[in-house]
Amino acid sequence: MQRLNIVITGHVDHGKSTLIGRLLADTDSLPQGKLESVKKMCENNARPFEYAFLLDALADEQKQGITIDSARVFFQSKKREYIIIDAPGHIEFLKNMISGASRAEAALLLIDAKEGVAENSKRHGMLLSLLGIKQVAIVVNKMDLVGFSEVAFNKLRIEYREYLATLGIKSDIFIPISAREGVNLIEHSKQTPWYKGPTVLEILDSFKSVEEKENDDFRMPLQDVYKFTRDNDDRRIYSGTVSSGALHVNDEVIFYPSLKRSRVASIESFNTPVKSSVKESEAVGFTLQTQIYVRNGEVVARADQSAPKVSNRFEANLFWLGAKPLELDKPYKIKIGSAQSTIYLEEIKRVIDGDTLDRADEPSVGRHEAACVVFRVHDLLAMELFAENQKLGRFVIVDEFDIAGGGIITEVLEQYTNRRTKSLHVNDVLVDKASSNAEFEEELFALLRKHFPHQFQLRRVLTRTLNTL
Amino acid sequence: MDHLDRLEAQSIYILREAYRSFPNLAMLWSIGKDSTVLLWLTRKAFFSHVPYPLVHIDTAFKVPEMIRYRDEIAVQWDLNLVVGQNKEALAKGETFVNGLDRLSCCKKLKSDALKHTLDGTWARRKWNPYKKVWEDELNGAPYTGVIVGVRADEEGSRSKERVFSARDEKSEWDASTQPPELWNQYKTDFAPGTHVRIHPLLEWTELNIWEYIERENIPIINLYFNNGNGKRYRSLGCFPCTAPVDSEARNPKEIIEELTSGKFKDIAERSGRAQDKDGGGTLEALRKEGYM
Repeated sequence: MQRLNIVITGHVDHGKSTLIGRLLADTDSLPQGKLESVKKMCENNARPFEYAFLLDALADEQKQGITIDSARVFFQSKKREYIIIDAPGHIEFLKNMISGASRAEAALLLIDAKEGVAENSKRHGMLLSLLGIKQVAIVVNKMDLVGFSEVAFNKLRIEYREYLATLGIKSDIFIPISAREGVNLIEHSKQTPWYKGPTVLEILDSFKSVEEKENDDFRMPLQDVYKFTRDNDDRRIYSGTVSSGALHVNDEVIFYPSLKRSRVASIESFNTPVKSSVKESEAVGFTLQTQIYVRNGEVVARADQSAPKVSNRFEANLFWLGAKPLELDKPYKIKIGSAQSTIYLEEIKRVIDGDTLDRADEPSVGRHEAACVVFRVHDLLAMELFAENQKLGRFVIVDEFDIAGGGIITEVLEQYTNRRTKSLHVNDVLVDKASSNAEFEEELFALLRKHFPHQFQLRRVLTRTLNTL
Repeated sequence: MDHLDRLEAQSIYILREAYRSFPNLAMLWSIGKDSTVLLWLTRKAFFSHVPYPLVHIDTAFKVPEMIRYRDEIAVQWDLNLVVGQNKEALAKGETFVNGLDRLSCCKKLKSDALKHTLDGTWARRKWNPYKKVWEDELNGAPYTGVIVGVRADEEGSRSKERVFSARDEKSEWDASTQPPELWNQYKTDFAPGTHVRIHPLLEWTELNIWEYIERENIPIINLYFNNGNGKRYRSLGCFPCTAPVDSEARNPKEIIEELTSGKFKDIAERSGRAQDKDGGGTLEALRKEGYM
């Protein structure tokens, strides 16, 4: 059965957990006895039963009545299986909402019909667009509190649609519901005779799973190179997960940014029939016809297809979740694809606030803020525009030991040159690094030749290897 | 790609990310079906090799077949097996069978043994696959990354886990201060003295595990199957606290039928585990203190 990851977001208390709890109960997706045991627990504690209790399983959450972290909930319709990510709406737990939402292929955004568009309704809408989630439906909850009024529903719809348009999200799917009363979740309700659109379950089943496209150009971030010597295994296996496209035995590959080349000798795998090709989303390994030294994090592409972009500067839309603000010229770590490097914030073009207007000339990006920024990187990196290749166009920033922000690349900028004073240092280091790499490689191969001479003799690859370096 | 291919690819990516990020990495192997699938995925990720030690916490109350199966597989697959045990509590008789409550027994024989085996403060018993002998390791280096086979569908607090989840100096987990985890970028940087738990199976369900065992023909311990007496274990633990269920399922295929249309369609997997039921949030209380 196919599976789809969806996230349910929205402001605190707008009823996300209630919606999910009710969906589980109404589609018979709960384990036997769960509903009864939660009802009994409420009775014992003299509290009215809430569908949200089914989800807020952490003891802390039941005490405070809010969702702290993104729970994964498994749920099934007639069409397919879902993992619903119940993301917390409270601002303090925004990092958890984003963690949850980043795993999703589609989203439901909940708005309280009575309270209207709240701070986080806007912020979550913006974050969904930054995370690259294009399939979004807006669910207007608690319609029972406004007497199932069509006028109230339309007013809210117009207001929020305008806001989404400013973010570039074109969503016209708005569903009036009451999660608590089960209105328009599975079936159309008599309470809203004026509503002819899909129910929540219908809209979930209409979302498309992100498909692998074999026609895209091949890209694979090199996650690691393995050489396990045990049991006389002499394979040098170049491994990673394919971001896009397909690769076949005998294809010529180029590693970026080093530009080293070779041909695929074999596709390696365990407990499968022999493979002659691999494609998008597969976690793979292959050997090459020549033994080249490349670094983890380089991006593998095919010589007969387009090349990824290579630079040490780019413009990005970023959201910041760190306890300390993101500051100019301070070293951070970037992780993109399988590459890591030191990164510096060069310029803050504008800070995008979920609630107010954009602000320019800010000295730093604070917690829970989004911004349009320019970064410069210590090493050259292979990258893509997010709009063209999501997996190689998104990155995270690590501050000290934790991921503190994430972003998407909107423009790859010209590399640093010596004309710019700030870049002098960066560029010198890059040059040094390139030459020391070459020395290191020569030493490494001298050592390999000395200690593993049989491998080089057997394959007669030594001369060829040194030629490719 | 079907759903098992996707789950497999995602787990392999996570295992490779752990392997390249943590210099002192280990995997917990409980002998159960989930961690045995994890072991199989390891061989997939590293092309038949298992490049890190497997840690088993032996409470001394495991069903004897489990230990036999463990040692057989270790020899067959050339595993670096590391066994930890709370010898002191066992010597003093501080166990459930001697009158201690379940929760305290779990804490002593599992959580404490795990914590001290991972940080190297207690002796580790190691199987040396080259020499084919057991050796004792004293003052072993702490493991900084620990791969664990928990699944989100098992129980509430596990559904809130990160894939790479930090533990502090005391091995404790604080669910409310977890850093964000975006797309497929995980927490691979850690402060001295802390360690990271890695959870490659979070998105797998009990059914997925069995479907994969069947597809790959993974040698799973036969306690999971009805061997003629009409009973089988659905979840494996210590024998005083884990009861077998009535079932006729004799192989993975019959278990899949039982889970999808048969008698266990709507019954939780851990329903045979007594320690989960002592009051609300018990497993969560254990997990905060370092339990898997």
